[in-house]
Amino acid sequence: MTDSVPTGEDWRGVATEDTDDLPPGAGIFLRDRSRRLLGELLRPHRRSLWWLLATVVAQNVAWLAGPLLIGVGIDVAVPALVDGDAGPLVWITLAMVGAAALDTGLRFLFLTGSGRVGQAVLLTLRRRVFTHVQVLPLSFHERYTSGRTISRLTSDVEALAELLDEGLDGLITALFSVLGIGIVLVVLDPPLGLTALLGFPALFWVARWFQRNSTAAYRRTRETIAALIVQFTETFGGIRAVQAFRREPRNDELYAALNEDNRQAHDRAFWLIAVFVPAVVLIGNLVTVAVLGYGALRVMDGALAVGTLVSFLLYLRRFFDPLQDIAMFYNSYQSATAALEKLSGVLEERPTVPEPTDPVPLPAAAGELVFDDVRFGYTGTTVLPGLQLTLPPGETVALVGTTGAGKSTLARLAARFYDPVEGEVRLDGVPLHRLSDADLRRAVVMVTQESFLFSGTVADNIAFGRPGADRAQIEDAARAIGAHAFITALPDGYDTEVDKRGGRLSAGQRQLVGFARAFLADPAVLILDEATSSLDVPSERLVQHALRTLLADRTALIIAHRLSTVEIADRVLVMEGGRIVEDGSPAELVAGTGRFAALHQAWADSLV
Amino acid sequence: MDDAAAPDDRGRLSALLRLWPYARPYRGLIAVTFGAALLATLAQLAVPLITAALVDGPIADGDRAALVPLLGLALLFGVAEAGLFFLRRWAMTRSCLAIERDLRGALYERLQRLPVSFHDRWPSGQLLSRASSDMSTVRRFVGFAAVFLAVNLITCVVVAVLLLVTYWPLGIAVLLTTVPLTVLGQRWERRYNVQSRRVQDEQGELATDVEEAVQGIRVVKSLGRRGLVFDRFDTKARRLRRLELDKVRTLALLWCVFELHPQVTLALILVGGAFAVSTGALTVGGLVAFVALFTVLLWPILSLGWLFAFAQETASACDRIGELLDEPLTVTDRPGVVPRPVGSPARLAFEGVGFRHPGPAGPVLAGVDLVVEPGETVALVGATGSGKTTLTSLVGRLHDVTEGRVTLDGVDVRDLPLAQLRGIVSVAFEEATLFSMSVRENVTLGRRDATAADVDEALRVAQAEFVHDLPWGLDTRIGEQGLSLSGGQRQRLALARAVLGRPSVLVLDDPLSALDVHTEALVERALREVLAGTTALVVAHRPSTVLLADRVALLDGGRIAALGTHSELLAGHPAYRDLLAQESDLAEVLP
Repeated sequence: MTDSVPTGEDWRGVATEDTDDLPPGAGIFLRDRSRRLLGELLRPHRRSLWWLLATVVAQNVAWLAGPLLIGVGIDVAVPALVDGDAGPLVWITLAMVGAAALDTGLRFLFLTGSGRVGQAVLLTLRRRVFTHVQVLPLSFHERYTSGRTISRLTSDVEALAELLDEGLDGLITALFSVLGIGIVLVVLDPPLGLTALLGFPALFWVARWFQRNSTAAYRRTRETIAALIVQFTETFGGIRAVQAFRREPRNDELYAALNEDNRQAHDRAFWLIAVFVPAVVLIGNLVTVAVLGYGALRVMDGALAVGTLVSFLLYLRRFFDPLQDIAMFYNSYQSATAALEKLSGVLEERPTVPEPTDPVPLPAAAGELVFDDVRFGYTGTTVLPGLQLTLPPGETVALVGTTGAGKSTLARLAARFYDPVEGEVRLDGVPLHRLSDADLRRAVVMVTQESFLFSGTVADNIAFGRPGADRAQIEDAARAIGAHAFITALPDGYDTEVDKRGGRLSAGQRQLVGFARAFLADPAVLILDEATSSLDVPSERLVQHALRTLLADRTALIIAHRLSTVEIADRVLVMEGGRIVEDGSPAELVAGTGRFAALHQAWADSLV
Repeated sequence: MDDAAAPDDRGRLSALLRLWPYARPYRGLIAVTFGAALLATLAQLAVPLITAALVDGPIADGDRAALVPLLGLALLFGVAEAGLFFLRRWAMTRSCLAIERDLRGALYERLQRLPVSFHDRWPSGQLLSRASSDMSTVRRFVGFAAVFLAVNLITCVVVAVLLLVTYWPLGIAVLLTTVPLTVLGQRWERRYNVQSRRVQDEQGELATDVEEAVQGIRVVKSLGRRGLVFDRFDTKARRLRRLELDKVRTLALLWCVFELHPQVTLALILVGGAFAVSTGALTVGGLVAFVALFTVLLWPILSLGWLFAFAQETASACDRIGELLDEPLTVTDRPGVVPRPVGSPARLAFEGVGFRHPGPAGPVLAGVDLVVEPGETVALVGATGSGKTTLTSLVGRLHDVTEGRVTLDGVDVRDLPLAQLRGIVSVAFEEATLFSMSVRENVTLGRRDATAADVDEALRVAQAEFVHDLPWGLDTRIGEQGLSLSGGQRQRLALARAVLGRPSVLVLDDPLSALDVHTEALVERALREVLAGTTALVVAHRPSTVLLADRVALLDGGRIAALGTHSELLAGHPAYRDLLAQESDLAEVLP
């Protein structure tokens, strides 16, 4: 039997193409949305940019003076000195030092100035993307995955930062020096200048060839690097499974193949540079020889001074050197355009659950929650075909049903993570979409399956429920939930750092911190989405006690896989296919003959 | 001054020798790279020298015929320089990419075989940064810095000699001007390095904030704490900008010195040269050559500072990579082990087993004696931290015992080849690990010879037949880079992987925790069939899971506190009741 043995690339499996990299054909020119974003980011700095432009032009003029002055020195000052007149030499030397100082000073201004603008743009971009991502609805985050969102905000912004750091100044300088030197050469001595410019078409052709090929080559290197990283992190993130299932030899094979792919991709990209740079050097040298030969003839004819020829040769060196650097810089330019493209894509995502522009104030909610003929579906499917439900203030309602019955959707609508397609969800008679974010979040809080803890202390994490809460209030909340005992037993009590993602606390303890956080927030409506399903029995029991405190005096909607959580409810709703099929107190339903009774029986059996 | 605060990131250069075994196979290419680089640099010198000869010879004499050989020579050298450039880059690409590949592959293979205890200490992110950034540091050093360190040193010496020969007083003056340049350059470069590292650290901090804000988006949204989270982020983003601007300033200073120096020196050469020409000590051609030679000297001098710094940086990268390569393989085949017959199902026995992590912490397990008869299923129950997971990891030697022994049919597991042992023992972990591969590859992870029927059977037992409904069926890519599955689905696939091919010993760590009641019941029913024919150790947190077992072992503080059937333990052990039973709550709902 061989057809189950994966061969070649089959092991990777099929997935929808991710469009994380720059689409082919995007080339060196930015697409509309990237250009728009860049325009928006740069507009506030228009004045600075004009100043910077003036600075860089002035600096280039000062810089270009150097070789010219040397030429004049050789042609004028040296003969004058031979004749006993040191005057011209003094003047030319002073002019050279002056030009150098001016060049250096202006360059300093330009570098620090462009750094300031660049960093201001980056800060604005970071703020904008961060805020935008926070505002985007949960549906976006579920589709886009946290990994991709994080790389937008980290590696993509850093790719732009790197461009500003290393490349942009080089590009601008190269551009101006090529332009400036071209002009100076032609003005200095038109015939010789035009000889020097003969190299231009060849240069252009080589650059075009390089740019065309390297776009694809560098894209390929980014892909192979990404593949290596995925294989690497997954292997060592899941090392237990790798070793327990003797995966090592197979992984060696796969990694070796990816590693070789990566080598080949880089080989191709480096090969292009290996051709491009020597080609530029070759053109430069050929032009130099031509200038030297023709120049020498003209000097002999007396049409040209020796000094001018020297200036020419110095200029040519300055002309070709920066062009080589552009090849190195092209890669970071491409990464940056790809990054900009992806960032502008995220910024184009529209927040589908926006805050109202004229909110209805709701300073203190009583907690009556009404689903009025609510219809909801994700793309193409209907999850809730039409829901009518009223939760009176203070009632604790448990939602039961199999996976896909629509429980989580109901909870998310209640927390306004989504808006219904039709109908309304109302809190104290006000549709949720008419409430300001501040009022809504003060009134409705949702606690999810995994209580996410932020880096910081335990106290910081509880205070997340109410920023500005003092230590006494934090401890009161922990006490009410029953978390005080374990927190004080931690090495630094409330000041214990929770480590990355709350690693030091057990799942049950993390959940208790999450509850204390919600308790401190003191909402009128509390939603628990499978908040206890990942706990072991002792932790769950701890949490059950906490829940009673937490749920007292508020409207509560609890989703639970575990029936033990359901017991504390006043009312149970059994859902199926997006509809409520049973509705009553736990005792009523258990006594009946419906689905809940059957489920409950199965559960009771499991306890022996 | 910043320099004092510079963290010592500069390794001993001797650490570079570690690279030799990897570079050795490519020494021919490396020699070509070096030779080409040296010759290319020397060819660069030709143009200034020929220009000088032109000015003093044919131009001064007006001898047109003498022009041709000199120009021919210039042309020859110009073409040679470009050719050598190409040769250098080609050879460099070949050798350094191959070395990088070999080193990275060796590191990966080594890391895969390091024990789980090592990986517990080393988060995969840390390993990744060594495998990627340290590795590319090495590549750039081998391909570029190492060659130019040598070539530039030689160039400096050759050009310095040429300058001195052309006109020694001016030569000495020019060489002296490079002293302040080198000193200042190095000082600012060090400051720049410190600032770069600070920027990197701050970027890391900012990335943590971003990660938390994105991964904790539900909490942030549900509590409406966007403002708070933004403020945190913004504080760090602004600090990052400040640090970046510090860096820009240093860089600008550095650039200015590099830019000012040659121009001022050129002025100096002009003054000195002009006087020399006027006294006849130097020809005009000599002055021209002097100017041109000086231009050639610039880059080698400027670069020496950072090339040395780069060598040191590479040395510490080598140290970091070497540290991983030197890590001992503690869980490995004993010398001379051969496969030995083990029955299916096998008899699993823990004999006086103890385990402790290295260091001062107390033992995790002590004096554990437990026998699981062939075909029997034993559940492990205990509070968090009682050592359940550690005990299960000893069977397949993910950890090795530090006391006593674990045996299969009387054979110490350490006397079996690892490959055989891990073929006998199959595991499902609490955290269902899926890889970014096809469903089929994920399920057949350890048994590539499994037939399609085996896979179907395993999927059936684990109630994971939902995979047939995925867009590409068993070929659908899952995991981080593919289709995302729910916790319950992931757990069922991990279970299918474990029961594939009916292993003779099965270790399940709380395998059903993420399933809903209905699915859990279905899985349990199917799992019973498998358990009947295999020796199994099951970590259980719930009564329903315990019921899969014939006997239960209660673990407390790393020791077995009680052993018996579920009902025996329920009756006789309050601690057990406390862990598993919920009668008190039950009483309230039942009418």
